[in-house]
Amino acid sequence: MSLATLLLLADGRLPSGGHAHSGGLEAQVAAGRVRDLDGLAAFLRGKLATAGLVTATFAAAACHRAHAGASPPNMSEISELDDGLDARTPSAALRKASRAQGRALLRAGRAMWPVPEIGREPHQPVALGVLATAAGLGPLEAAVAAAHGTVTGCASAGVRLLGLDPYAVHGLLARLAPDCDRVAADAAARSGDPVDDLPAAGAPLLDIGAELHATWEVRLFAS
Amino acid sequence: MHPETSEPHTHGPDDVPHTHPDPGVDPHAPLPEAPRALRIGIGGPVGSGKTALVAALCRALGDELRLAVVTNDIYTTEDADFLKRNGVLPVERIRAVETGCCPHTAIRDDISANLDAVEDLETELGPLDLVLVESGGDNLTATFSKGLIDQQIFVVDVAGGDKVPRKGGPGVTTADLLVINKTDLAPLVNADLSVMDRDARARRGELPTVFLSLVEDRAATPVADWIRALVATRAPSAGPAPAAAHASTTAHASTTAHASATGRASAAG
Repeated sequence: MSLATLLLLADGRLPSGGHAHSGGLEAQVAAGRVRDLDGLAAFLRGKLATAGLVTATFAAAACHRAHAGASPPNMSEISELDDGLDARTPSAALRKASRAQGRALLRAGRAMWPVPEIGREPHQPVALGVLATAAGLGPLEAAVAAAHGTVTGCASAGVRLLGLDPYAVHGLLARLAPDCDRVAADAAARSGDPVDDLPAAGAPLLDIGAELHATWEVRLFAS
Repeated sequence: MHPETSEPHTHGPDDVPHTHPDPGVDPHAPLPEAPRALRIGIGGPVGSGKTALVAALCRALGDELRLAVVTNDIYTTEDADFLKRNGVLPVERIRAVETGCCPHTAIRDDISANLDAVEDLETELGPLDLVLVESGGDNLTATFSKGLIDQQIFVVDVAGGDKVPRKGGPGVTTADLLVINKTDLAPLVNADLSVMDRDARARRGELPTVFLSLVEDRAATPVADWIRALVATRAPSAGPAPAAAHASTTAHASTTAHASATGRASAAG
């Protein structure tokens, strides 16, 4: 496992379409639920415990299945994970956002590593897991990249939406890092479990917010 | 019409004289490489007239070229809506990309959403001759990635001040075509076009600059002609641009990457 490769996969500068998404933060900011640094801290903790956990587990599971199976990975196992994420994402807008980011991530990954064919628009965590395998990384690394990406993407949107002090926001992220590690360790430990047994934590307000956000005429982020 | 490489002959007294194709030669003429649309980026500051220029180009070129447009708005689909409302191009030929507060990121640092939009247009509409990618209004530093477009046009306007070409910046300095727009406003804002012309030459060397007033020239003739010349000189065998290596959705990424490297050489002229 190459640490530098992991950093590459987790880097916010990876051209994988993430910059256009706020991870649901824009809708919550507009609703007045997130106004300041404390609000962002609470949002990020909630996001990590729900979407972060699901994302990390599915990334780890996709990585595990791409490792365990033959090369290329068994498509039925990959599709099963994709369906599992559909079932865990009640908001159509969020399903669309996840698939758009999965497609963009695959595009970036193909320029870096030999990535097997897994369909045009997989969910982002599935693409991330398969990419991690292609990069020579394991389920734990896939999961930590996923958990890290979940909070850093929202945090960066927070800096832009609320004009927050970027140092203070990075202070938040540093304090969340051990939690990201814990979530990733849990995710990796379950990466071989059947899809139906994987976590299904959700946050209804994020789903509702995403559906409303998709109808706005004026918005800064795609989701 | 196979290339017959052996002399006419017979294999026996009763045989009809005939020829054989060389078994080492593929008798089929090679298919022309699937030509990818010429992609032109149109950037420039807010309010300089990018969308109006795109509309004019659609009117001028829509009947002679297979054309599609991708817009990058900062927060809405306003530009795409403007083009659709004005009926300059059928709705299915216009796609809007959302840029998450950062219009320059979407055209330079992370071009994935724009590449997806271009690919989707080509998939749904079939082969195209020209795709115009309009950036969100930004500042003088915003330029397009070569991974997204083949050539870029930078639009500034006279009302922004006749100092703009002198200030330079990557857009003014490096764009393949600089358009100085709204020349009809020059007398009203005390802008000296000769100063702009002189400064643009100093900044841009041999790169072309055109003056434009869409009020007086609704077909944006000098810009449309520049594009026509590009499309005409584009060799039919020109391979995909560098972006195609990323664009490939097949498992044979390395083959495509090789093709794109050769395509780059021929497209660079």
